[in-house]
Amino acid sequence: MDAAGPDPRDQTRPGAPPALELLHAAKSFGAVQALIDGSVTLLGGEVHALLGENGAGKSTLVKILAGVYQPDGGTLNVNGRQVALHGPAAARAAGIAVIYQEPTLFPDLTVAENMFIGRQPLRQGRRIDRRAMQRETAAIFERLGVPLDPARLARGLSIADQQVVEIGKALSLEAKVIVMDEPTAALSAAEVDRLFEVIRTLKAQGAAVLFISHRLEEVFAICQTVTVMRDGKQVLTSDLAGLTAKDLVRAMVGRELAERPPEAAGAAPGEPMLTLERVTREGVFTDISLTVRSGEIVALAGLVGSGRSEVARAVFGIDRYDAGAITVSGRPLKKASPTAAMAAGIGFVPEDRRQQGLVMDMSVQQNVALASLGNLERGGLIRAKAERAMAADWAARLKIKYGRLTDPVDMLSGGNQQKVVLAKWLGRRPNLLIVDEPTRGIDVGTKAEVHHLLTDLARNGVAVLMISSELPEVLGVADRILVMREGRITAEFSHAEATEETIMTAAMGQHEAAR
Amino acid sequence: MRAVIAPRRPQRADSDNRNIRLAERVSRIRESGILVVLVVFVAVTTLVKHRFLDASNIQFVLVDTTVFALLALGETMVVISRNVDLSVGSVVGLSAYLSTDLFAQHPGIPIPVVFLAGLGIGLACGIANGIMVAAGRVPSLVVTLATLYIIRGIDILIVGGNEVDASSLPNAFLDIPKDTIGGIPDIAIAVAVVIAIGAYYLRTYRSGRDLYAIGSNPPAARLAGLQVGRRVFTAFAVSGAIAGVAGVLWGAQYGTINSTAGTGYELQVVSAVVVGGVAIFGGSGSVTGAALGALLLSTISSALYVLGISPFWDQAIWGFLLLLAIALDQTITERLTSALRRTRTRHE
Repeated sequence: MDAAGPDPRDQTRPGAPPALELLHAAKSFGAVQALIDGSVTLLGGEVHALLGENGAGKSTLVKILAGVYQPDGGTLNVNGRQVALHGPAAARAAGIAVIYQEPTLFPDLTVAENMFIGRQPLRQGRRIDRRAMQRETAAIFERLGVPLDPARLARGLSIADQQVVEIGKALSLEAKVIVMDEPTAALSAAEVDRLFEVIRTLKAQGAAVLFISHRLEEVFAICQTVTVMRDGKQVLTSDLAGLTAKDLVRAMVGRELAERPPEAAGAAPGEPMLTLERVTREGVFTDISLTVRSGEIVALAGLVGSGRSEVARAVFGIDRYDAGAITVSGRPLKKASPTAAMAAGIGFVPEDRRQQGLVMDMSVQQNVALASLGNLERGGLIRAKAERAMAADWAARLKIKYGRLTDPVDMLSGGNQQKVVLAKWLGRRPNLLIVDEPTRGIDVGTKAEVHHLLTDLARNGVAVLMISSELPEVLGVADRILVMREGRITAEFSHAEATEETIMTAAMGQHEAAR
Repeated sequence: MRAVIAPRRPQRADSDNRNIRLAERVSRIRESGILVVLVVFVAVTTLVKHRFLDASNIQFVLVDTTVFALLALGETMVVISRNVDLSVGSVVGLSAYLSTDLFAQHPGIPIPVVFLAGLGIGLACGIANGIMVAAGRVPSLVVTLATLYIIRGIDILIVGGNEVDASSLPNAFLDIPKDTIGGIPDIAIAVAVVIAIGAYYLRTYRSGRDLYAIGSNPPAARLAGLQVGRRVFTAFAVSGAIAGVAGVLWGAQYGTINSTAGTGYELQVVSAVVVGGVAIFGGSGSVTGAALGALLLSTISSALYVLGISPFWDQAIWGFLLLLAIALDQTITERLTSALRRTRTRHE
């Protein structure tokens, strides 16, 4: 599996300082501590895996290495010298290249210009030497063994090719440290193989590579060492040899498995409320079939980017889908029409409360009433009294803490804001409620209240489809759990069968984790 | 670093080669498209009214174009970076009055000094715009809409009911638009040279390419370590300075300058830029195209005048051309994207 060439480790003299060493980095955003103790050490000629659940702090760590975020604490050494990265340009100058999951190219510029933007080769009079630029780009592509044309526009390149351009950029920078943030997320198997070949080349040339991926089989295929993060802290650093996929999953999940919220809905499910039959949205999710019965809470688990939210958006009519059928209470649901979805009795609490769930500048009262205006108007005018009564009623039922109903919803805490979103939909008395990350970023007490609310709804015959990345929540609240991986449903568990480990294993690729 | 694996020889599909220069060809086609429309307009108008191609009328159109083409140069730099400068019309007005008023205040003042004064006035306005957009992170549409009114307001405060008229201006100044070499106005040649320099700069210098990158993908430009703020600031400063010079030229051309000089020019300039193929959301387009767009719009005005058609039609036709240009650009972008997708789909 190793590329032809000297053993990369020969190039790292014993006693040579690590190519990069990040020690005890911390970073918080407002009250949120995204990174508490981020440490990672990269050696030249080595591919190092960085693993962790969603929200473990990986992306924050990457952005610190990229110079995008300035850490609140900790030290960064490059080749044994301490450096402070004040911006992306400083990171580049320190020999660190970051390849993001979403490549950051300029569609209107040529591939060669993309590679050399800001540091194009110059000729007399500080003019750009276009020919030299194209020549150098072609040479790099030749080295990578990819037949890309330096003179073409970046517009229309596949994600794989865009990544090749980013890697070429790193090569042309002579970067000694290359950070790849989920580079394989959007690639086909063949493209992943080619990327690996490129990574092996980089490794053989003595570069230190930090490889982030949720696919454990890839980690075992390409990496030699691993760091696992959990809740903003580094929890494990080790050689990969001797570790199993199960060890890694356990390190990632980590917390005591007894942490289940106390109750499960447990009501006897009734008639199918929502049925999806082989619903496909090209390149996003494939062949999704599922049923949610009234009185039942079904959880969609899986990693961020596995297509869970996209399925929910398709059901609620925000996005189109290409094939398959969606029925609600036995009747086909019109495609791509939130109006039709609402008429069919669907409520949707989206993932991003501030952007999609609420109108932040409007009052508590107006936000609660927003989805029910049809019932509150007379002759086209909204009856303020009815609006106030409805809002007060739901605020009391959900125990929303607010100053005045006319205060902007912005003034409420995150948990109370989430309750306002819930109140908005409950006010329509939905038959089916879709909740996407219903307890993200809210405190423990409110979280429990939301869980109680969902189970109460189910007991009263509402069908609930819940998307959640918090495994204790999934395990505690859901009657059935569907796991999505890379746009497909890969496993289904009953409330009794599911454990954090079985879910994570299914979310990250089954047979690999079983070895 | 040295390659360790043996490089595979890249195998280029023929279609790749054919599409390589597609991008450059498209922009050239885009510019020649304007030329075609221009030629058709001139031909039709000339058939009806032969005097349209008189030397005097050609000179008139070219002189009329100079102010617009200059403004289009500065506006193109701003628009390419995904911004817009709506204050240029007001800058033209302020600069036109203040600089030409110098002739009355300081008789015998050298003409180049007056041009420098105009440039300085414009530069100051441009710097103000640039600071608010780049450092204050306020959308340029809002900033320059505000300065459009503020600068016009200052202009009106200063000018009041006065005006500079031709009698107070030296003949050498008033002759600037009239001097010709071989039937072509000197001033048109000078502006053409300036535009050529601008086009060359945007193509060949890092700071010029940075503007395209910024307009093409602003977050990526930041991640690439480009000095986004400084570049955008410079674009606004240059646009302002150019508008200042254009104001002086406007004064020379019209001879009578009151507080309404240059009113509404900003939208005409943005129209010329868009008709000339500069993407309104930045990232692509050329100064040459924008200048051709300005020439086309001036020609249309003149043609309508010569044909005796009400000038009210002017604006309707400009608007129509604008829609046409945007529809065309949309189509081209879509075609181009799908063509480029086909050239390199890599599921081998």
